[in-house]
Amino acid sequence: MLLELQDICFERDNKKILKNINLELDIEKFIAITGPNGSGKSTLVKIIMGIEKPDSGKIIFEGKDITNLPINERAKLGIGFAFQQPVKFKGITVYDLLKMAAGKKITKKEACDVLSKVGLCAKEYVDREVNGSLSGGELKRIEIATVVLRESKLTIFDEPEAGIDLWSFNNLIEVFENMRELIKGTTLIISHQERILNIADEVILLKSGQIVDRGSSKDILEKEMVNKKCCKANKCK
Amino acid sequence: MSEKINDIDKDLLNEISDLENIPNGAYNIRKNGQGIERKVTDNVNIVTKTDKPGIDIYVKENTKFEFIHIPVIITESGLNDLVYNDFYIGKNANVIIVAGCGIHNDHHKDSQHDGIHRFFLEEGAKVKYIEKHYGEGKGDGKRILNPVTEVYLKAGSSMEMESTQIKGVDSTIRETKGILEENTNFVVTEKIMTHGEQFAKTIFDVELNGDNSSAHVTSRSVATNNSKQYFVSKIYGNAKSFSHSECDAIIKDNAIVTATPEVTANNVDANLIHEAAIGKIAGEQITKLMTLGFSEEEAEQEIINGFLK
Repeated sequence: MLLELQDICFERDNKKILKNINLELDIEKFIAITGPNGSGKSTLVKIIMGIEKPDSGKIIFEGKDITNLPINERAKLGIGFAFQQPVKFKGITVYDLLKMAAGKKITKKEACDVLSKVGLCAKEYVDREVNGSLSGGELKRIEIATVVLRESKLTIFDEPEAGIDLWSFNNLIEVFENMRELIKGTTLIISHQERILNIADEVILLKSGQIVDRGSSKDILEKEMVNKKCCKANKCK
Repeated sequence: MSEKINDIDKDLLNEISDLENIPNGAYNIRKNGQGIERKVTDNVNIVTKTDKPGIDIYVKENTKFEFIHIPVIITESGLNDLVYNDFYIGKNANVIIVAGCGIHNDHHKDSQHDGIHRFFLEEGAKVKYIEKHYGEGKGDGKRILNPVTEVYLKAGSSMEMESTQIKGVDSTIRETKGILEENTNFVVTEKIMTHGEQFAKTIFDVELNGDNSSAHVTSRSVATNNSKQYFVSKIYGNAKSFSHSECDAIIKDNAIVTATPEVTANNVDANLIHEAAIGKIAGEQITKLMTLGFSEEEAEQEIINGFLK
């Protein structure tokens, strides 16, 4: 077992965002989390990374209780996180950031190789600053490159399609389709995109802070379609 | 280098001008108020002023890609060194000038260096001017640096100035003035870091007098502890001209940063932009670097190092 969440609860402003989440993730899996807006998906993955602290419950990573560990200690144990909104840094170049991500000396060529894998024309980007001059799609790819370089045992993507246009996303999705080769270990990705759900080994459906279903993307999507039809039919009556 | 230069001097020279050995090109090394080493070349002549302390540097026209080093070091506590250096850059010459001042003060008296540098660029000349300021020493005597830089750009000339003060200077007031004729470009990049009780004030005063003149002033600073920084930028667009000035500051602890932009358009075709952003390090930046394995303190340091790079 790679990761185990035991009875995770999280409440803010008198709203229960996560209600007794229990979840187990195996090694070498590609797992997608989906569900409506406000269902607690982002909060859940932030709790795994340590960005948010649960009110109760335990997080076990490779048999070790990491509930009280800070973000950087979790990173060192092998958890990586790609942000929904990539962070910008004035003065720090793409190459600087990739070196920091790798945690060891990497050559410019190695940095360029990773950038190429995430679909960026490397030479144009490696010396640019990670600032507002880069587009949303470019920043997303750089963000993905940083987690690829971490070679984490568990890599989390918090809704990578958020905030980028359809055209950029169509290109980006190919990166995710190749993700199994790019990223070793387990991938946990929040997504609403059918193409991403289809490449997942398993899909976890989260609603109102609870895991309501878990299975293949086909099963989950079919059930949801049936539910929607039922809802519509009921409304018509 | 000669025996007049000891190990402390070498360290200071290295900090301000990356000089460990005798540099290529012309140079003039000033220590404790006296010129101690000088070299001139076929294209660059250095002459001691007779009416006041300082030197005149003459660069022949069409000189291409020569280096000129003029470092100043002060190791004597209590010394107040005032120096006037004038640079006359001939037509179409292209040179890199490295200046800077390093103060080592182990005692309790204040040490001060006020360098007044004037640059006169003839038509088509290009200068890259790099200036570093650095202070060190265990004494409680203050290390004070007040540089004044005046830049006069004739038609078609351009100057790029990089000024850096990262460590150990207790008090500084730096004034930079530019007078630009037509088709000229003046680019200034300033990086300052203050800590403890340090004080730094920067004043830019640029007059865009000729058509198609442009100025880009960028200041990046970090103020920590109880230090104070003031950034004043005055830009006058007196012709069809363009300017962009930008003050970006990170504050920590109880530090104070004030930015006062002033842009005056005296011509309908003057296009003048100013941006100022002051704030602490964004929490999300620290979080991102923590997900890459850095502790909070290490993340902060990486962000500052990148910002001031």
